[in-house]
Amino acid sequence: MAMAALRREGRRFATPLMSANPANTLRSSLLPSEEQAILGVRSISTQVVRNRMRSVRNIQKITKAMKMVAASKLRAIQTRTENSRGLWQPFTALLGDLPSVDVKKTVVVTVSSDKGLCGGINSTSVKISRALHKLNSGPEKEAKYVVLGEKAKAQLVRDSKKHIELSMTELQKNPLNYTQVSVLADDILKNVEFDALRLVFNKFHSVVSFMPTTATVLSPEVVEREAESGGKLGDLDLYEIEGAETKGEVLQNLAEFQFSCVLFNAVLENACSEQGARMSAMDSSSRNAGEMLDRLTLAYNRTRQASITTELIEIISGASALTG
Amino acid sequence: MLRHVTTRLLSRSIKFRPFSTDVAAASAADDAFVKAWRSTIPNLEPPKTPLSFMQPRPPAPSTLPSKLTVNLVLPYSSEFSNKEVDMVIIPATTGQMGILPGHVSTIAELKPGLLSVHEENGVKKYFVSGGFAFIHANSFADIIAVEAVPIDQLDSASAQKGLAEFTQKLSSASTDLERAEAQIGVDVYSAINSALSG
Repeated sequence: MAMAALRREGRRFATPLMSANPANTLRSSLLPSEEQAILGVRSISTQVVRNRMRSVRNIQKITKAMKMVAASKLRAIQTRTENSRGLWQPFTALLGDLPSVDVKKTVVVTVSSDKGLCGGINSTSVKISRALHKLNSGPEKEAKYVVLGEKAKAQLVRDSKKHIELSMTELQKNPLNYTQVSVLADDILKNVEFDALRLVFNKFHSVVSFMPTTATVLSPEVVEREAESGGKLGDLDLYEIEGAETKGEVLQNLAEFQFSCVLFNAVLENACSEQGARMSAMDSSSRNAGEMLDRLTLAYNRTRQASITTELIEIISGASALTG
Repeated sequence: MLRHVTTRLLSRSIKFRPFSTDVAAASAADDAFVKAWRSTIPNLEPPKTPLSFMQPRPPAPSTLPSKLTVNLVLPYSSEFSNKEVDMVIIPATTGQMGILPGHVSTIAELKPGLLSVHEENGVKKYFVSGGFAFIHANSFADIIAVEAVPIDQLDSASAQKGLAEFTQKLSSASTDLERAEAQIGVDVYSAINSALSG
């Protein structure tokens, strides 16, 4: 009997220490009946469950609001993206797309978002960029990165810091427009030497599906080389060049214009994909929060009813001890 | 058997590439890329390329087509897409160039000027700021411009004022950069004026 009392005392010392440890509050709040029987305190465990429910409910409200915001931003940017889709098609119709072209200097331009909570699209872009880097690195070839967006920069800086030539962030501070993107493209073209530019972005397919895509823009020298060697660009020589300057200069202007157009479309598509991914990520978190709230409500009710039952048992046994 | 092949091809393209109808001709470059990808990076799906999102162009027809198919695209909209017209006159850097069906394949750089599209029910005139025009052998013309406004939206009074302003800036320009900017302004405004008057 003394041992039982000592054991009970021991547990009474031990459990307050345990519940002070935050890792155990989850367990203690989910086993309220046991805790009650040991501590003999009733309303504190309902308080703990109530606090959790309040915080989960707040999180649910926040994620629902973020989903609505992402949906409205998506609507706004989706029309512009679809209108800009015609921009790169003439270039691909003329020059084709040669992702397997063999060049000495490749620059991988990764387009990503600045803000997080948008699902896995940035990680996918970074994985594809790393893969392209690996594909295009070799004994005579080298590949470098140009990073647009904070998220990809954070991931790539970890292991490929010396390969990053240029990085730009805060693209979406002002609404995206062609002037801004053409200045950006100009910056990149001036500061980076390249034979081929490979843009990596997520193409917006629908609100729930985004396709990682890579578009290749070749420098004018490579275009000439491919045209001479025949193959895909062999027909290029049949085209007469109308322009006051030489063929080389016109091709140079063409490559620069192509890069700015393709980059504009890529940035818009990626922004659309970001909002769509954020919508679905926030939607699944609100749903998760709702389920968690259901489970917590059940636990709360169980706690409450158990405490009422225990009080009744104590009263009744006390009363029967007095009378009987 | 042919129907089986076409239905299989069609169902595959509907499942994987809903933006294009049939891209068998264009996938040779994609295949080399996909093969190289799969051999070095086995765990990741290869990314898509723009060719799979595009409708392929028809090959050059043997007889002269009667109409020119024009695409006019801007960064913010596609003004015409696959529009059949009789003739377009584009402001190339060498002067106004008329494009008729069956024109030889050309890549033309555009300067700011008047673009007119001649179709059955009249002529539409646009002022384009600059860009490129590609004419392909199959009588397809792609005009990519940064800005194109219908000229009835242009005000001649403010164009004259702009021209005067930039001519004055050109004469008072000190650095090369200022001179280049003022020259661009003068070019554009004089092109607008001649477009509005001519």
